[in-house]
Amino acid sequence: MTQSEQTTAPAAAQAGAPPSEEEPTGRLARLARLQALQIIIVLAVIVVIFSILKPSAFLTVFNIRGIVQNTAILAVLGVGMTFVIITGGIDLSIGSVLVFSGVVADKAMANIGNGQGWGVAIIGALVATGCGLAWGLLNGFLVARAKVPPLIVTLGTLGMALGLAEVFTGGVDLRNVPTVMVNTVGFGNIVGEIPWLAVIAAVVVVLGIVLLHRTRFGLHTYALGSNPEAGRRAGLKVSRHLIMVYAISGLLAGFGGWLNLAFFQSTTIGGQTSTNLSVIAGVVIGGTSLFGGYGSILGSVIGVFIPATLQNGFVIIGIQPFWQQVVVGVVLIAAVYVDQQRRAAALRGGSPRMSGLLGHLTTRREAAGAEAAAGGE
Amino acid sequence: MSVVLEARDITKVYGHVHALAGADFEVKTGVVTALIGDNGAGKSTLVKILSGTETPTSGEILVDGQPVTIDGPLVARRYGIETVYQDLALAPHLNPVQNMYLGREVMRSGLTGRLGFMNNAAMRTGSRKAFDELGATVRNFSGSVGAMSGGQKQAVAVARAAAWAKRVILLDEPTAALGVVQTKSVLELIRRVRDRGLGVVFISHSMPQVMEVADEIQVMRLGRRVATYKAKETTMEELVGAMTGAVTQDNGTRETQS
Repeated sequence: MTQSEQTTAPAAAQAGAPPSEEEPTGRLARLARLQALQIIIVLAVIVVIFSILKPSAFLTVFNIRGIVQNTAILAVLGVGMTFVIITGGIDLSIGSVLVFSGVVADKAMANIGNGQGWGVAIIGALVATGCGLAWGLLNGFLVARAKVPPLIVTLGTLGMALGLAEVFTGGVDLRNVPTVMVNTVGFGNIVGEIPWLAVIAAVVVVLGIVLLHRTRFGLHTYALGSNPEAGRRAGLKVSRHLIMVYAISGLLAGFGGWLNLAFFQSTTIGGQTSTNLSVIAGVVIGGTSLFGGYGSILGSVIGVFIPATLQNGFVIIGIQPFWQQVVVGVVLIAAVYVDQQRRAAALRGGSPRMSGLLGHLTTRREAAGAEAAAGGE
Repeated sequence: MSVVLEARDITKVYGHVHALAGADFEVKTGVVTALIGDNGAGKSTLVKILSGTETPTSGEILVDGQPVTIDGPLVARRYGIETVYQDLALAPHLNPVQNMYLGREVMRSGLTGRLGFMNNAAMRTGSRKAFDELGATVRNFSGSVGAMSGGQKQAVAVARAAAWAKRVILLDEPTAALGVVQTKSVLELIRRVRDRGLGVVFISHSMPQVMEVADEIQVMRLGRRVATYKAKETTMEELVGAMTGAVTQDNGTRETQS
């Protein structure tokens, strides 16, 4: 198919078309934004509660900056995971790929000159993203061409990537990170009190939002998650698209490995076992459907902030931070419950627009209330 | 009323099963051709071959009199043949415009287009035009297709096929999942598509629907065509008789047990 063929039939009358009286974006996008809005409200409620309980400690530049820094890498991983989950897949391997990429990048950087300076750091970034991309391509190939379920493929590569990282290092963390990289990307502020990590993560998030919500690639990602057979019959290159989606997730995990090196000055081999679950939980809390076809990156970013904010807040107000896991579990289940209700409403073919959405809002508020209760104990 | 799509002596063998045993079939421009037959008569196999999702074991397919090989849905589309499936083949989370243009998006011109940005305004205009031409009652262009009624979904699917087809539309039991009113409007759509000069192939198990919408009826039995009727000149009894083998038509296509 060529472009000119594509544009022939129904598009003939595009010249001089008046600006549409309808909203230019689809209801899908509007719903997604609403969903994101709901989750923003949940986050806002959490922030307000902690702020009221301990304004002097919680609502400080230092503390907020800490939360943002702790969440930046998860947000980067969440962008890739959102793409994967919208196709109806899952990527369990990101934490291990992050470690593997960090290990290889660390070794590469240690072996260049004196292992210092921006040149070395940038080569490290390229090596790390390259490693991540390779793992992502492997995942995608196995899912799309070998037709192995993504849960199993990425469970397998989870073990392989972590195992190889341990083989390369003998299980001992490496710490060969250029000082300039640690002092800027890791801890530094780009301007004022705004950390480099946050800015880098924000750039990734914005690129992800543009790619998912504004381009044909993003549209096809939704289409494949919504009905793969429809995509195939419409002539989409389903396998190639899936491989690219997993490649994006792997690439961002590799890049996350480089950020992780900068932040921790260590390859954190033993410290990433639950990273995949944290990211998946954040993405799902953010309203992306595990069944595919539906979701937003903004929601995912807010979603990964909620566990981090709870953790931080509990420490500050003197509750055992272990409660965070309990509350996140409740929020996670509530989020999937809401998604199920929405799917059921859509299947009934009724108008989920009003009743459904009002239902979601009230459900969300109940969830927020539950958190408030938990937070106030 | 020229023959736009023709199948000659098509066979399709799955292992020991002869799904098609020398089937002939013609589609004419501006004519609704109903394809009927009992379960297992080979209707769906024939449509799959014409729409490119299956390749025939032997036989010939001609488009505008020229022999062609249709070895994939995209090839069929390139010959101007579009298919509407019983199970819709729409993406429920996308809106009608996105479904209309799925796989054939209009890109922006210049660099932004090459980067993957779409011309949403053009696609919306094109979709509205396509729906208006068919009188399809799709009011909400930004709502997801999944939230629509079965009839509206099928209207989107038919309008999509009609907008892109240059020669033939194949409809494989398009009304099977629909209620009475929705079925009526889909049949009305089919007539409008025909009036625009496309060849329409309509597969259905419902004899009243076939009698209502078809101009010509071709009957299949045991993997081959056994009879062809003008809809105005036949009766339901005759059709059922041809389907079951009780009646044979004297037009050279005698049925034989193979």
